[in-house]
Amino acid sequence: MPAIIFIHSDGKSDRVETGEGESAMQAATRHGLDGILAECGGNAMCATCHVYVDASWLARLPDMADDEDALLDGTASERRPTSRLSCQIKFTPELDGLVVKLPERQV
Amino acid sequence: MTVSGSPADSASVPHLDVDPFDMKFFADPYPTHQRLREAGPVVYLDKWNVYGVARYAEVHAVLNDPATFCSSRGVGLSDFKKETPWRPPSIILEADPPAHTRTRAVLSKVLSPTVMKQVRDRFAAAAEERVDALLDKRSFDAITDLAEAYPLSIFPDALGLKAEGREHLIPYASVVFNAFGPPNELRQEAIARSAPHQAYVAEQCQRDNLAPGGFGACIHARVDEGEITATEAPLLVRSLLSAGLDTTVNGIGAAVYCLARFPDQWQRLRDDPTLARNAFEEAVRFESPVQTFFRTTTREVELAGVGIGEGEKVLMFLAAANRDPRRWDKPDSYDITRRTSGHVGFGSGIHMCVGQLVARLEGEVMLTALARRIAKIEITGEPKRRFNNTLRGLDSLPVTITPA
Ligand code: HEM
Ligand code: FES
Repeated sequence: MPAIIFIHSDGKSDRVETGEGESAMQAATRHGLDGILAECGGNAMCATCHVYVDASWLARLPDMADDEDALLDGTASERRPTSRLSCQIKFTPELDGLVVKLPERQV
Repeated sequence: MTVSGSPADSASVPHLDVDPFDMKFFADPYPTHQRLREAGPVVYLDKWNVYGVARYAEVHAVLNDPATFCSSRGVGLSDFKKETPWRPPSIILEADPPAHTRTRAVLSKVLSPTVMKQVRDRFAAAAEERVDALLDKRSFDAITDLAEAYPLSIFPDALGLKAEGREHLIPYASVVFNAFGPPNELRQEAIARSAPHQAYVAEQCQRDNLAPGGFGACIHARVDEGEITATEAPLLVRSLLSAGLDTTVNGIGAAVYCLARFPDQWQRLRDDPTLARNAFEEAVRFESPVQTFFRTTTREVELAGVGIGEGEKVLMFLAAANRDPRRWDKPDSYDITRRTSGHVGFGSGIHMCVGQLVARLEGEVMLTALARRIAKIEITGEPKRRFNNTLRGLDSLPVTITPA
């Protein structure tokens, strides 16, 4: 089963199994992970599903849309060049093993 | 009365004689919500000749297929293709892509997370002040003195409205939300008395009447960037006047009513005030201040095996979806630690509430202030319901508080 690795802000990590079409946010909330709130339910409207994508994976993600870019300016934890909204990362087979770090705060 | 061969007969859609806009229904909608959910994934309501969806999966599906289930023919019972709307339609709520995409982008920017960071301290300070005043009173009406007084103390200022005439705001919103309903007494009376409220609102939406720096002025500033026209800007301000106040009044009212009714949840919040934001969100799921919206089909479509013709109204029971046992564990309990993500109290898809961040901020800072300063909230009199075709909330909730 393909999976995404979520690294919590305290360094612990969770390997979450996922599949084609599911977003990284959905995988995380389905597994009850703390650290992703997803208040808008994946509609790219809340910025509470913020993650830092491991630098080695960043280039393999599709470019972000304008609304994601604008929302990332308002994240509770600082925006970094590796910041993305996990609800906008749709899983594809090439993303098997994707590593993302969770920020300290989502609100 | 259904004529044979009408679209409603084409599949085995259960017909129900339920009137979801009737006073008896409003008094206790939950048994009927259950009946609607259990009858089937899609039902037909003979009283108003509309289809209905009350299960989570179908409500979510309709919300997320705006090309088939459109908003431009009105999100109330009235079909704008057949009837003249009671006011010029909203250019965001009652619009479809691509027109919606452009106006939506403007409001998303004006009410973005970045903007919320700027207003947060002001909203939080006003919540503290409100709680100070309530602690002086000890016994008060939690609707008038808290759920209404708090948003009224910040939202009109945040918009940049003049001080005069603000008493029109809640009555105007009440007309707007009644008008989504069928032509029953609530709707007809509301519209009949709406002229002074409409005149006030039309006036306040003009650029000159909006203070610099407020949400209203920020909308008008987008005209200079060429993102909207000068005639569109006042209509977008109108959207905030329509949807931005009475909704949060009912949202905060719902949260206080829940916390007063369920003392174990109040105690959890007292023990950990960082749960305030989720306690508010859970109240929006549990009470669903906005109960319903309609869509209109743009083509023949099959939904959960039921064939629906073109030009049919579909009523989405957001409140019933938010308590669908197919989606939620113990749907009828108010649990402030619940994972609320995915509830449809703010809608879902392209029209999902553009003011959700404002609502959550107000709810969070208000509940935080209450939890820090108050030990106990007791209901001391019979709560009275306020009746509206779309909004669910109380008219009065007498309470007595004990300071912490
Ligand atoms: C607890 C409070 C609130 C609730 C429950 C609520 C609920 C909703 C719902 C269910 C929708 C979706 C309508 C549809 O799909 O047809 C919506 C849309 C909308 N809301 Fe809210 N709302 C709240 C607060 C606010 C606030 C504070 C504002 C403004 C500051 C606002 C402005 C709007 C606007 C303009 C839309 C239309 C968005 C669009 O069509 O793209 N709402 N709201
Ligand atoms: S879940 Fe809200 S922006 Fe991703």
